[in-house]
Amino acid sequence: MSTQHDPHDQHHGTGHDHDPNEQDVHDTLNHIVSPVVYITVGTILLVMTAVTAAVSFVDLGVFNAVVALAIACFKASIVVLFFMHVKYSSKLTKLTVFSGLFTFGVLIMLTLSDYFTRAWGRW
Amino acid sequence: MSDSTVTVHGAHAEHEHPPYQRHHFHSMEQQVDTTSFAMWLFLLTEIMFFGGLFTAYLIFRNWYYPAFVVASHQLSIKEGTANTAVLIVSSFTMAMGVWSAEMRRKGALVLCLCLTFVLGLVFLGIKYDEYHEKWEKHHVPSFHYSTKSFTDPASDPEIHKSYPDDKALPLDMARHTEVYFGLYFAMTGMHALHMIIGISILAFMIFRARAGAYTTGHVTFVNNFGLYWHFVDIVWIFLYPLLYLISRHS
Amino acid sequence: MSSSTIIRLPDQSTARIPKVNFLTKENGLLSWLLTGDHKRIATLYLISITFFFAIGGMLAGLIRLELLTPQSDLMAADTYNKVFSMHGIIMVFLFLVPSVPATLGNFLIPIMIGAKDLALPKINLLSWYLYIIAGGMMLYVMASGGVDTGWTFTVPLSTHYVNTHVVSAGLAIFVAGFSSVFTGLNFIVTIHKMRAPGMTWFRLPLFVWSNYAASILMVLGTPVLAITLVLIVLERVMGIGVFDPAKGGDPILFQHLFWFYSHPAVYIMILPGMAVISEVVSTFARKRVFGYTAVAFSSVAIAVFAFFVWEHHMFIMGVSNYSTLVFSLLTMLVAVPSAIKIFNWSFTLYKGSITFETPMLYAFGFMGLFTIGGLTGVFLAATGTDIHLTETYFIVAHFHFVMVGGMLMAFLSGIHFWWPKWTGRMYPEKISQLAALVTFIGFNLTFFPQFILGTLGMPRRYAAYPPEFQVLNVFSTAGATVLGIGYLLPILYLTWSLKYGEIAGDNPWQATGLEWQIQSPPLTENFVEIPIVDHDAYDYEWLERKEKEVTSVG
Repeated sequence: MSTQHDPHDQHHGTGHDHDPNEQDVHDTLNHIVSPVVYITVGTILLVMTAVTAAVSFVDLGVFNAVVALAIACFKASIVVLFFMHVKYSSKLTKLTVFSGLFTFGVLIMLTLSDYFTRAWGRW
Repeated sequence: MSDSTVTVHGAHAEHEHPPYQRHHFHSMEQQVDTTSFAMWLFLLTEIMFFGGLFTAYLIFRNWYYPAFVVASHQLSIKEGTANTAVLIVSSFTMAMGVWSAEMRRKGALVLCLCLTFVLGLVFLGIKYDEYHEKWEKHHVPSFHYSTKSFTDPASDPEIHKSYPDDKALPLDMARHTEVYFGLYFAMTGMHALHMIIGISILAFMIFRARAGAYTTGHVTFVNNFGLYWHFVDIVWIFLYPLLYLISRHS
Repeated sequence: MSSSTIIRLPDQSTARIPKVNFLTKENGLLSWLLTGDHKRIATLYLISITFFFAIGGMLAGLIRLELLTPQSDLMAADTYNKVFSMHGIIMVFLFLVPSVPATLGNFLIPIMIGAKDLALPKINLLSWYLYIIAGGMMLYVMASGGVDTGWTFTVPLSTHYVNTHVVSAGLAIFVAGFSSVFTGLNFIVTIHKMRAPGMTWFRLPLFVWSNYAASILMVLGTPVLAITLVLIVLERVMGIGVFDPAKGGDPILFQHLFWFYSHPAVYIMILPGMAVISEVVSTFARKRVFGYTAVAFSSVAIAVFAFFVWEHHMFIMGVSNYSTLVFSLLTMLVAVPSAIKIFNWSFTLYKGSITFETPMLYAFGFMGLFTIGGLTGVFLAATGTDIHLTETYFIVAHFHFVMVGGMLMAFLSGIHFWWPKWTGRMYPEKISQLAALVTFIGFNLTFFPQFILGTLGMPRRYAAYPPEFQVLNVFSTAGATVLGIGYLLPILYLTWSLKYGEIAGDNPWQATGLEWQIQSPPLTENFVEIPIVDHDAYDYEWLERKEKEVTSVG
């Protein structure tokens, strides 16, 4: 990612903030998320917590685990996207989050590839 | 030198940047960008750190499902759900704290940080209560661990009443409940450690916030701490169903 | 061999080290212990890792002494176990992992990208302190008797059967791991966010690309080691049962988690070495690196593939046969990007104007020895041959070829190459070329016989061995003595050169790269004026034009 540069401006630094009063607080894209979003997301999270607890009392067989994990993933996603501002962040931030999840996925999947295939016998 | 150059500032008087900008950065935008990116990379390390524990959990839950089900009934769903709600609300108050800092509202910021702090303490309090109960019932691995509750469910009337259909486990499967509790303590313990660190930093932040450090436009610290706090919340969002909600149906 | 050289030093009668530089800027112990200057931190690291290298080296000497005779007569078998374990732990975690990144990387990356410092100078200093704490803890472990589990801490030996200092050693490595994580984190952030105007990704020196790839591995891989060590401590102290078969745990799980880091760790160790080689080969062939894009992308490819291959350390441990198929195939794939780099360096040399100064000698050593080490890795990637060769001296030879013949040679190449920039003084060329030669001969004599020993069946980590293996072991020990001399010489003459070396000037190698356009040693802030980059890396024509400009001004 290249830095800003004004080739005609020899006396000041590149991309300097000339106005100290300028509100340069931001996510990387200068977006301030409104409290309404936070309240909505928070409410959804609490509701989904109640849902996941309730579903665990219902016998869905193997789908209990699937539903529980799906709800957890959904909750985690809205925390990441809204509370952690990733929805409003740069591509680099999104790529960073993805690479972390990808590596975690590799750890789980490839390790499980051993455990799940042990029962298949020798060949 | 190459074609053109940019003069690096010498004397302080010529500086036009805010006092909290470090000298190796050429703009506040670069500093904020950089420190935020650094925080995200640190969170990546945390994902991989907890990742090892989740991998272990996945494998043993697969191998010893009956033991995991029965053992998970020993955890109080009320306390687990309460803790989840507590953390979700604390994430909300933390996000509001970041907003307050961005809007330069000192009073609101201090309030939000204090609420987050208190909620964090509530979480730890409930956790302590849970741990204490485990200790009392001899369900802490290697500290006089007892499989009696699992080989003879009637000996544990409280749990037996809520889960009357839980059959007695054969001894070898009952012994595997120790692995479940080992993972329970490792995962929630590691999570609690991160909570303690977070709460300590919150205490520091409350002092600094009251002095106005975060409401003059320099919100990076609050923002980046918020990222950390939300991450710790996310870990719990996964721990809760995996440890508490394995199968609560009869 | 011709006497041509590219070294061009200023007139020694008038040349002076610049009065103001990062070494002289501030004085006093605190100015060093509380510094934020990446170059000072690099210097602190250089001293620290040399210290631990010496300790690890002495332990290696003890190993080779014991193996002179087939009996376990120099030390008890238990003691021998401790010696090779501490040798491995210290060499891997306290020397190889931080070697190039923490010294050369710290020193050069900000300068190469045109920045005044790393993005997070305080974290950089913290990184060094964590390293020192880890080192101190490791010294404590050694003083109290060491661990004897091998550097791999295999379970359940380490958790249930030995009474050595597993917990302390594990915690020491945990701390060292964080030192590594913070270094890598700092590099990634710096390279993304602090490049000078005009310094696009594809104008970066390949040194930066390789260190970037290694940093990704540090950040994503090391935490898994950290949690594995935590689990070992919990298993040992609390008996949580995850690795204990009696409680239903799985020792193989430990190995999965351990090698998930430790395989990328070997790429953390070698990528920075490859970084050095790119720079050295280009400079001493006076030619841009052939296939810049291929080398850059292959660095990143190595980092990505590194995460997919770890089970090849576990082929005989009881994992499923189907998974060995998958990992065997993936391991073959990971060799490809490394090979691409070797090919590209070779093509850089082709039709280049090659001279044989010390950094280039080490680089040649690297290219040959790393290739041999890498190719023997292919034997080990194939499950069938691995079953015969694993846990023998073949493995020991394989990883010493890539780590010592490869990485350590690259490290020495880099130290010699950038010594004049770092200190302002040249090292003595003749004795250093001799040392490089001695190292090469000593290395081959030490480790080549070990390939044969391994194929013949001599197991690793044994103090005693069948007498028919003695001759090769004696060769190996003789080689180790020569190798030791080869490593001692640089420590001596580099120290000597600090006072008596010739003044180097800004660019004794006539190299491209931003670090060669500033004074030697550099200023604390690196650049008087932040450069605006308008040329590619390894642009020797740009360098020529620039020199002509300066001389015409007179």
